[in-house]
Amino acid sequence: MVKTLVLRADGTNCDEETAYAFHLAGSHADRVHINELIKGKKSLDDYQILAIPGGFAHGDDVASGKILANLIRFKLNKDFVKFIESGKLVIGICNGFQAIVKAGLLPAFGGFGNQEATLAANDSGYFIDKWVTLNHVNKGKCVFTKGMKSEIFVPINHAEGKFIASSEILHSLETNDQVVFTYKDNPNGSMNSIAGICNTQGNVFGLMPHPEKFVSKYTHPFWTRDKWLPEEGDGLAIFRNAVNYAKKKF
Amino acid sequence: MDARHIELLGKSDTELLEISRMFMLALNLEEMQKVQDYFKRHGRNPTDIELETFAQTWSEHCVHKTFRGNIEYNGQKINNLLKSYIIKATNDLRMPWCVHVFEDNAGIVEFNDKHNIAVKVETHNHPSALDPYGGAGTGSGGVFRDVMGVGAKPIMSTDILFFAPPDYPHDKLPKGVLHPKRLMKGVVAGIRDYGNRMGIPTANGGFGFHEGYVGNPLVYAGCLGIMPKEKYVRDAKPGDKIVLAGGRTGRDGIHGVTFASLELSTDSKKTSSGAVQIGNAIEEKRVLDGQLKARDVRDVPLYSAITDCGGGGLSSAIGEMGKKTGARVWLDKVPLKYDGLEPWEIWISEAQERMLLAVPEENVAEVLEIFREENTEANVIGEFTSDKKLTLMFNDKTIGELDMGFLHDGFPKAEKKAVLKISEKKDPDLQDQKDFGMDVKALLSSPTIASKEWVIRQYDHEVQAKTVIKPIQGLGGPGDACVLRPIYDEWKGVVVSNGYNPRFSGNPYNMALSAIDEAMRNNVCCGGRRIALLDNFSWGNPEKPDRLGALVEAVKACHDGSLAFCAPFISGKDSLYNEYSLGGAKDTISIPYTLVITAVGIIPDVRKAVTMDLKMAGNPVYMVGETKDEMDGSHYYMIKHVDGGTVPGVDLAKAKESMDSLVEAMDAGLVRACHDCSEGGLAVAAAEMCFAGGLGMRIDLDNVQQKCIVKNHKLLFSESNSRFLVEVAKGKEDEFENLMGSHVSRIGEVTQRNNLLVAGLNGRAIIDEDIDDLRKAWRKTFDW
Repeated sequence: MVKTLVLRADGTNCDEETAYAFHLAGSHADRVHINELIKGKKSLDDYQILAIPGGFAHGDDVASGKILANLIRFKLNKDFVKFIESGKLVIGICNGFQAIVKAGLLPAFGGFGNQEATLAANDSGYFIDKWVTLNHVNKGKCVFTKGMKSEIFVPINHAEGKFIASSEILHSLETNDQVVFTYKDNPNGSMNSIAGICNTQGNVFGLMPHPEKFVSKYTHPFWTRDKWLPEEGDGLAIFRNAVNYAKKKF
Repeated sequence: MDARHIELLGKSDTELLEISRMFMLALNLEEMQKVQDYFKRHGRNPTDIELETFAQTWSEHCVHKTFRGNIEYNGQKINNLLKSYIIKATNDLRMPWCVHVFEDNAGIVEFNDKHNIAVKVETHNHPSALDPYGGAGTGSGGVFRDVMGVGAKPIMSTDILFFAPPDYPHDKLPKGVLHPKRLMKGVVAGIRDYGNRMGIPTANGGFGFHEGYVGNPLVYAGCLGIMPKEKYVRDAKPGDKIVLAGGRTGRDGIHGVTFASLELSTDSKKTSSGAVQIGNAIEEKRVLDGQLKARDVRDVPLYSAITDCGGGGLSSAIGEMGKKTGARVWLDKVPLKYDGLEPWEIWISEAQERMLLAVPEENVAEVLEIFREENTEANVIGEFTSDKKLTLMFNDKTIGELDMGFLHDGFPKAEKKAVLKISEKKDPDLQDQKDFGMDVKALLSSPTIASKEWVIRQYDHEVQAKTVIKPIQGLGGPGDACVLRPIYDEWKGVVVSNGYNPRFSGNPYNMALSAIDEAMRNNVCCGGRRIALLDNFSWGNPEKPDRLGALVEAVKACHDGSLAFCAPFISGKDSLYNEYSLGGAKDTISIPYTLVITAVGIIPDVRKAVTMDLKMAGNPVYMVGETKDEMDGSHYYMIKHVDGGTVPGVDLAKAKESMDSLVEAMDAGLVRACHDCSEGGLAVAAAEMCFAGGLGMRIDLDNVQQKCIVKNHKLLFSESNSRFLVEVAKGKEDEFENLMGSHVSRIGEVTQRNNLLVAGLNGRAIIDEDIDDLRKAWRKTFDW
């Protein structure tokens, strides 16, 4: 059976629903505190998928995801790099996306450990909880979204989701098919409306919106109005793609 | 560091009061005399820490002296308001699903065969008045810990806030008071940052605005949690170690509970800022993760009892947990944020994010390790004994020793007088206008009714992915309740709503009944049933007989409402002394009597839940309930700057019957949308349903079921209770009418046209408004 490690740190708070989404997609999912990895009580080697869920790791003190990013960078870099280079799958959602970008694991054009983009405070200056339409713009590189429909509807729940990168990085992301999702109606001021990106291999994926919050029709904000909504939420396909890929590959 | 002795023996009454004032004990003369007698019997003077222990344990905040005391009311003797009315109703109802009520940190009711839900609502009024961000944040933190304190995992929070109107003139602001807009922004940010960081969705709430809150805003924070039934333990045994987990102890939050038991004044900022705690949500999340692990790692929890350190700090938590056994505490073992705290300060500090566990010796090492794994601290700071004494030690020296029995039961019963003052004023009986479009828009823009989207979207209301019905419904309309699905693989849900009507303070009995009716109504709107209630009173100074008389009336209404609706109260709280003193002895501003009722219902299948947005043109619109000439306290009279008339009452038998039938109609799939008529009456409810659904509505007032009303404005804007607007699926009219019987009247239908069209009693159109304009009016007030 495919095994997913859902990483916890102090202040992670979307680990339960992320584990549930992987469970629905057919994977076994363990919620593991980063201390257990650092102390060697648990090993990444036993897993095929690593998920870094949303939350406020260490209160987003310094900057969102920064302290978690440094824990990864200075205590677990070797294990993470090995995991990624072996082609295994990593997904960072919201705070997890912020962390892997700041740890230099994504997009990692210039090697691991160099931060090449950031997620800054929303233009509104406030935390926003809102459902948004995402354009699925990836042409096939991202393992997680292969075959997904062109538009999905999911919530954003963040205060620092504005994607910022240099024009060179943006250019590389776009020409290499590494932009995965863009916002239809940019809610936070992200450059080029970017909501999610993947690495050059397509096995590391990060996004600000929360696909794990929409695996069932009944968390959709308009489900009482729309009788044509399918029972399955748009977000589940992402987790199923990952699990199916891992099933075949490992 | 040592404790010092306070001269108490031989002191005169005036000197006793002076000591109470000097040490901020908030104890009255009788209580000081009792303490003096106790030490006389023991032949010694108390230490500072002993005196503080009495002040904490006997504070209004901790023992609810007013609610448990004797009251003489209109020649009637009432011994213990709480037991005589509220708890009595619960006991009389004897609902088998009430598991632990009125006895622990939170009320516990059954959810399904494996799980219970725990609910608590608290107030954090005085701290929020001084420090809106910190006060409100730690209010959330505190109520989350109440739910953690029964061993449950918090899954939603609710916040109900009361301020003076946000456009309150700056030059009229009393000295020492923050402007309501600043208070509101700070409070919202505090709730946002604490809840969002902890990952607890703020999925329900409310706002009330009234000039009376100018010196004393109200901040109600509530939390609902879920837990496996068999994980509830509450049995500290002699020999168990006292483990303190979580944050360190500092000088913040000293005298929080005694501060809460005094009126606020122009000096509060100077004298009491240290009473406001300093919060750290991530610390509380660490503790939560640790305690859940300690609960679940084996079949039975590793601890034998758990509670939070809230009001009164360690003093209250240990005193309460060791009440039946006795406890010995080594205060020098309590980890501190910084050096220099006196032992008594350690003992009563309300520093945040601390949980207290009773742990059997053999589990101690494992528990400490679990918390360490979560990057937080846990330390053994004492043990439970069998000597029924509270022994306080510092560096091997005993600095306090008190009898648990006297500490908990020795306080004198308060004797208070109450009178009822109802000021009746004739209804102004306004003339009807030709068109009420402007009035509807003015009501939609009035702060209590206006859209709170600015607030709601800052709160994460869907973290944990359990929120099935959200606070903003349809294309953007105010939801009546929220619905959660606590267990991912099950369809059973919880429905949470609230009700409050401080504008009906003119008749406190009806005010309270209205609050209950509204909370029930809101719950029913989304499909809730088997409803449990929580009462939270914020009142003025109970030493003043008129304030207390009003309280008695409200409590009586709670009893009557609870029995009639078969909805037991499971928990409650009172915050008294909500007055702002301007200096002189008589010169105070009291808040309007504010009772917040929280209703917690269940829904067997969340897929049957109903929202308030209109769904389809052509569907008939029904009104449930009767509209009466009850205009006093209405929002319509508020915007017209008049008052008088009758405060809405509740016909309890009819209300119960119609709500039960409505839920049945929902289960049968007949109802497409449902919204309650509350602030702003029928007209506002109809407007909200229209813009939330992006559809129009046509209503004929001639068809509204009513009693002796000849004026259009009363039919449009009366806030009579127990009324709903219901959109019924076309073709299901007969079935719906048969089910509802005499409780409904068909008043109109959903239309494709983009307007709300109301025909008045004269048959002419009295409202014809574009729904986009209505939506704009509703949104503009808090477009911050």
